[in-house]
Amino acid sequence: MSSEFLQFLISGITVGAIYALVGLGFSIIYNASHVINFAQGEFVMLGGMGTVFIASAGVPLPVAMAGAVLLAVLIGIGLQKLAIERARDASVVTIIIITIGASIFLRGLAGIIWDRDFHSLPAFSGEQPIHVAGAVIVPQGLWILGVTMAVAVALFVFFNRTMIGKAMLGTAHNPLAAKLVGINTSNILILSFALAAALGAIGGILIAPMAPTHYQVGVMLGLKGFSAAIVGGLGSGPGAMVGGLLVGVTEAMAAGYISSNYKDVVAFVLILLVLFFMPAGLFGKRSSERV
Amino acid sequence: MKRSTVASRYGGVFVLAAIIAILPLFLANSFYFDVAINSGIAAIVCVGLNLLIGYAGQISLGHAGFFALGAYSSAILTDNYGWPPVASLIMGLLAVATLAFLIARPILRLRGHYLAMATLGMGIIISIVLNQEVNLTGGPDGMPVSAFSALGWEANSDLTWYWIVGGSLITTVWLALNLIDSAVGRALRAVHGSEVAAQVAGIDTTRYKILIFVVSGIMAAYAGSLFAHYTGFLTPSEAGFFRSIEFVTMVVLGGMASVFGSVIGAVILTALPQFLTVFHDYEHVMFGLIMMLTMIFMPKGLLPSLRNWINKRPL
Amino acid sequence: MSLLEINGLSKSFGGVHAVQNLEYTVESGKVHSIIGPNGAGKTTLFNMVTGVYAPTSGKTHLNGRDITGLPAYKLAALGISRSFQNLQVFFNMTVLENVMVGAHLHCRRGFLESLLHTPSISRSNDGARRRATELLEWVGLEAYITAHTDSLPYGALKRMEIARALASDPKLLLLDEPAAGLNNIETQEIDKLIQQISDNGVTVILVEHDMRLVMGVSDHILVLEHGQKLAEGTAGEIRKNPDVIAAYLGGTAETN
Repeated sequence: MSSEFLQFLISGITVGAIYALVGLGFSIIYNASHVINFAQGEFVMLGGMGTVFIASAGVPLPVAMAGAVLLAVLIGIGLQKLAIERARDASVVTIIIITIGASIFLRGLAGIIWDRDFHSLPAFSGEQPIHVAGAVIVPQGLWILGVTMAVAVALFVFFNRTMIGKAMLGTAHNPLAAKLVGINTSNILILSFALAAALGAIGGILIAPMAPTHYQVGVMLGLKGFSAAIVGGLGSGPGAMVGGLLVGVTEAMAAGYISSNYKDVVAFVLILLVLFFMPAGLFGKRSSERV
Repeated sequence: MKRSTVASRYGGVFVLAAIIAILPLFLANSFYFDVAINSGIAAIVCVGLNLLIGYAGQISLGHAGFFALGAYSSAILTDNYGWPPVASLIMGLLAVATLAFLIARPILRLRGHYLAMATLGMGIIISIVLNQEVNLTGGPDGMPVSAFSALGWEANSDLTWYWIVGGSLITTVWLALNLIDSAVGRALRAVHGSEVAAQVAGIDTTRYKILIFVVSGIMAAYAGSLFAHYTGFLTPSEAGFFRSIEFVTMVVLGGMASVFGSVIGAVILTALPQFLTVFHDYEHVMFGLIMMLTMIFMPKGLLPSLRNWINKRPL
Repeated sequence: MSLLEINGLSKSFGGVHAVQNLEYTVESGKVHSIIGPNGAGKTTLFNMVTGVYAPTSGKTHLNGRDITGLPAYKLAALGISRSFQNLQVFFNMTVLENVMVGAHLHCRRGFLESLLHTPSISRSNDGARRRATELLEWVGLEAYITAHTDSLPYGALKRMEIARALASDPKLLLLDEPAAGLNNIETQEIDKLIQQISDNGVTVILVEHDMRLVMGVSDHILVLEHGQKLAEGTAGEIRKNPDVIAAYLGGTAETN
């Protein structure tokens, strides 16, 4: 394996892990409510920008990070309770516009309350590059991969081994049946948004040392996370993980071997290709309509 | 629709025409003309987009892509290749029609969220291409566009542009209203109401969806060409995601399935940022709020909600 | 004379055989009913004949012409129309407009002439409006002609769908549970309506659970069970058929 190829692979997997976290957030919310939350990217922004600004008030960095995640979670819950729940029975177009409106609103608010500059977080454990088979990986990259894997394992345990997690899956499959067995589906919804927000925020914190955070950083990251979810199959956790890595690596390869200018196009071309030829994605469920 | 609503339909066009005819008397300077002209251009896009979203029940989060392609076709062909502006405009319409037609069949097989994402992807791909092809488009720094001219006459005064855009808008509204009051128009609305029942009535729903997708794209491209020559300078942000969302918000605010609603929505959301500098600085916050509040409390939009309130029918 | 011929028609969804190897002939000008327990495959059969599903195997012929697998909009042009079990009303349109859509194939549909609202479009609109009004009166909905669909009671919406289905002037009309959700009086009105439709020369096939309606209105009955033909014959024959009684009528006869 050429060292150049390995380098592209490493950077692709690193950023792909972030896409996976964002994509997981999309899938969790979609599973719980059949809503595609266009504001998912803003949770990423809240993670990074939130940490920066909470820390700038003198708070130690780890506490600032926790605070940013908490902020994102609160906003996520607010979004569900104040906006989406009120439009529960509305048409798809209506709900789409609500979540897009929420994302624009949050972005604008961040730009006003905080600022519109680029900010960086210090790397978690220094910036000494590690040499591997002719390629280079920075410690932050290892943090990203490590935390993402830990998150994946934690979610697996949560959904398969805990009562609440199983309740969430049950609600996703059949909300009515879930209610009938006593599951509080409204709380499940809140939990989904909280979880998705936390995932997004964690992703935002992880990437901030490597790519400067900014009030508009949520737009592209959100859309690429969505691409990851679609490629993997909307609603599938493993799908989002695989999808994220696929999108990240394809992007890195395209940037390295074809043209770095068109790097951003990759995720959207993938969205179109998947939606045209395999709408259920890699791991998604096919559904049919009864007439 | 009975005879009386037909008369009231044309009545609406006359009222609009009257307003457009008299308005210049109240436009004190270039700034006001600029607002009016830009409102009219946005309204043309929105009337077309509304046919797609409100009447046919589809969605497009990438229509700014068509708008920008029309604009850039006019700009590139006129300025880089010396074509006469009218020819560039027509070429732009053909190019957009072709692209829309090619992409329509696969994209319109999708529904709901998936269709939204696919059109979003389409719009963003267009904006990235416009950004990257610097030799052709000037890239993110933009490119100048020379004035619109035909047969030796050049459009370079505010008033001239006002009449061009105003006339185009009236024509667009008239054509849209005609289309709605026809079997084709009813078929489009049937596609929205129930695709399966529409098919059982003999409507080839795929064909109609493609038709309205292409038509609304052409209308956006036409408005884009006007925009290019009027403002004299283009940047790829005209194809951007936010621009697409602006158009959708205008349609939604004014009222889905309401032609005049689209005009009103376009006017409000073009004029407001210009007149309230407070609004302009907080543009994103205000837009986001309007989108959320409208959809939560007034999902049918301004005009239909107003109509219902007047008739005191349940929403 | 046979209008519709079904040969070896089958439909499977994954491992589920909803309809298996069905042979059935529909005589023109008569009222046919398809009955059977829930899950017998009635609506699946309907959906295949009306182009909503493509059959897994088998053939359908209309007046000798192979129509297997044709999509619904093409079948409409050949004279097949239907109503829906779970109403498919165009709630974004008025009652009149709903029925006008039914007459779509009889209207002028050119795009350019529609944009310009030519006189022939105007005339076509007027014609469609007249036709829809007549049909609404014919099915007994004169009170609702100017109404919007969201103000109609359930029974009226069912009849509106029938009017819409008739607006295309079909040769063959399929009614999917027209009496579902209706009370006795409304069901009797549907009975009368079906007879009227049949008297006008339209061949009718209905799927129904209401046995009184089925026995009263049908010239011919097909009984399905587990996706296969259990029996067919006149109302009198079916009533006495021991297999049918055992499978369906015995003890579970529905009398609203």
